[in-house]
Amino acid sequence: MDKNLDRLNIYASRLLSEKEYFVPGHRACQGCAEALAVRLVAKALGRNTVVASATGCMEIVSSPLPLTSWNVPWMHVAFENAAAVASGIEAGLKVLMRKKRIPQQKITVMAMAGDGGTSDIGLQALSGAMERGHDFVYCCFDNEAYMNTGIQRSSATPFGASTTTSPAGSLVAGQTSWKKNMPEIAAAHNIPYVATACTSYPFDLMEKVKKAAAIKGPAYVHILSVCPTGWRLPTQMAILAGRLAVETGMFPLYEVERGRYTLNVELTELRPIEEYLKIQGRFRHLTQEMIAQIQQRVREEYEKLKKKVQLTNED
Amino acid sequence: MATKVGMEVSLAAAEAVKQANVDVVAAYPITPQTHIVEHLAELVNNGELDAEFIPVESEHSAMSVCTGSSAAGARSFTCTSSQGLALMNEIVFITASLRLPIVMLLANRTLSGPLSIWNDHSDVMSIRDCGWIQVFVENGQEVYDHVFIGYRVAEDRNCLLPFMVNLDGFILTHVIEPLEFLDQEIIDRYLPPYRPLYSLHPNHPVTMGAFSTPALYTETKKAQDEAIREAMPYILKGWQEFGDLTGRYYHPIEHYKTEGAKVILVTQGSLGETASIAIDSLREKGETVGLVKIRLWRPFPVHEFREAVKGAELVVVMDRAISYGASAGPLAMEIRSALYAEEERPRVVNWIAGLAGRDLSPEDFLQMIHQAKERSDEGYEIYGVRG
Repeated sequence: MDKNLDRLNIYASRLLSEKEYFVPGHRACQGCAEALAVRLVAKALGRNTVVASATGCMEIVSSPLPLTSWNVPWMHVAFENAAAVASGIEAGLKVLMRKKRIPQQKITVMAMAGDGGTSDIGLQALSGAMERGHDFVYCCFDNEAYMNTGIQRSSATPFGASTTTSPAGSLVAGQTSWKKNMPEIAAAHNIPYVATACTSYPFDLMEKVKKAAAIKGPAYVHILSVCPTGWRLPTQMAILAGRLAVETGMFPLYEVERGRYTLNVELTELRPIEEYLKIQGRFRHLTQEMIAQIQQRVREEYEKLKKKVQLTNED
Repeated sequence: MATKVGMEVSLAAAEAVKQANVDVVAAYPITPQTHIVEHLAELVNNGELDAEFIPVESEHSAMSVCTGSSAAGARSFTCTSSQGLALMNEIVFITASLRLPIVMLLANRTLSGPLSIWNDHSDVMSIRDCGWIQVFVENGQEVYDHVFIGYRVAEDRNCLLPFMVNLDGFILTHVIEPLEFLDQEIIDRYLPPYRPLYSLHPNHPVTMGAFSTPALYTETKKAQDEAIREAMPYILKGWQEFGDLTGRYYHPIEHYKTEGAKVILVTQGSLGETASIAIDSLREKGETVGLVKIRLWRPFPVHEFREAVKGAELVVVMDRAISYGASAGPLAMEIRSALYAEEERPRVVNWIAGLAGRDLSPEDFLQMIHQAKERSDEGYEIYGVRG
């Protein structure tokens, strides 16, 4: 990974399409890594894609009537139903091809939502769509809170983070619960492909999205999308923050292919969690005790994940 | 040619969906809609209907799936009742604004609470303003026919609006009726395959469901309002051409013995048949009483309604839903409003009756008409309250 990043220009010009399907001019905040994630996902999926988007930052910044940032067919219906709308699009295209009313071809249906639209309000529709086995890719663009409405906590907000509905108060210091493990919930549906990704590892992200699109059946890609506005982070530090999230073990990059776990960035030693926390204003109030609590949890979770890798790769 | 059959209305509805060659069915089970969905699942699993059957995890997703599949260009169908409609409420409004020609059968059932599975119109009245074309039917034949009429009107490029057929739960859904099934050849002539104006396909990328700032929202809604108002002639055309092919003609307002009527009873849905028995007995006694049935609920046929009650002195409106704290039931409010601008207008007396399956016999209709003569034409009363 590191080696590839060093040679970004060479690598990118050779292997990546210059075509953009999520085009400039959208209204995302400066330094928004979620917009970058959406751009990379759209690039990886290419032309033959139909997108069903949930309500959220990416919907609002990309579709102010009568403008659009989308060069592929794109539809927004509501907040909690991206997976259900995608189910309908997939079923519709499938039956129309079968009845020869549109030409037979591979079209990827991608549903997209933020962490709130996925792990909170959209969880039921997503679970239903995964269980029914629709052939689609679901991308969760996780910026760890309801950023569109003004940085309110979601079930994907990490422990300790200060948000507008989990403020760092004198009695309660930020989010009191641990981040809901959405990739594991997806994996528990026994779908053929689950992966985590981050814009700080763009090639890894795009490879995973391509893999997800190529696999028949539901695929779930959970993308950590750094939000400088909501994380209280200087705008030029979004990529760094994403790398630190991975290197501290806070957000490990891994895949679950037909139940088999692979760590994509294997860390022999986790960087101290403090390096990740201290650059973000949302964690400014944390005490040493809370940091130690987070550090312990991250280590335990990482060990658990390594065990799953071990367990599922034994012959 | 047509075939006479005796069949439960729910099964006939599903057979109509098959004959309409629907591409995608998405539904979630709820009493009393279940027999429709069950039979559709059978038809698909037996290879009699080539469609994608999506057994969704909620009604919210049923309407969301139909929204996606209809946007992809597939003829899409769903049906529900009561709480199911309440759950899908959010998406029902959006499909109308997206101008997607989905057809939904609503097996009318009351809304909780208290929980009750029985029939009235409180479910549909809760989404009166959703922007769908909304019709009421009276018997099984009308249910069967309106599946075809629904798609024909909805998919007309001059309309492009979703179409809701209201059929009374149990009273229609669970009753075996003599029905006339149309030959496939007639249906194919009436209902050509759906060719969408816009659809989600990579060969012609479109953005659907963009958000609007205050700078454009009003104009967007004006356009949507014009769409449903201007749909009226195409709804009439859909009924006319169906009648020309089958001999069964439908109208926005149906009349029964209204010639010279001084008193006119107004109903919606299947109870019109029971009410007509009461009208017959009064006419036999020489009373000038008639019945008007509201078939088209949205867009509301204001002009046709005014014509239908012209010359009447008393209009007795039977509502089957309560608009809590309002001046009248939803139907009576509509009617009082439609008649307000008339120079000579009848008195409008409003009953709310037949809530959650409370039986209404011809005798009850006689009572309602009789008592209305003494009642004020303000407000409303709930008929037949015990104790």
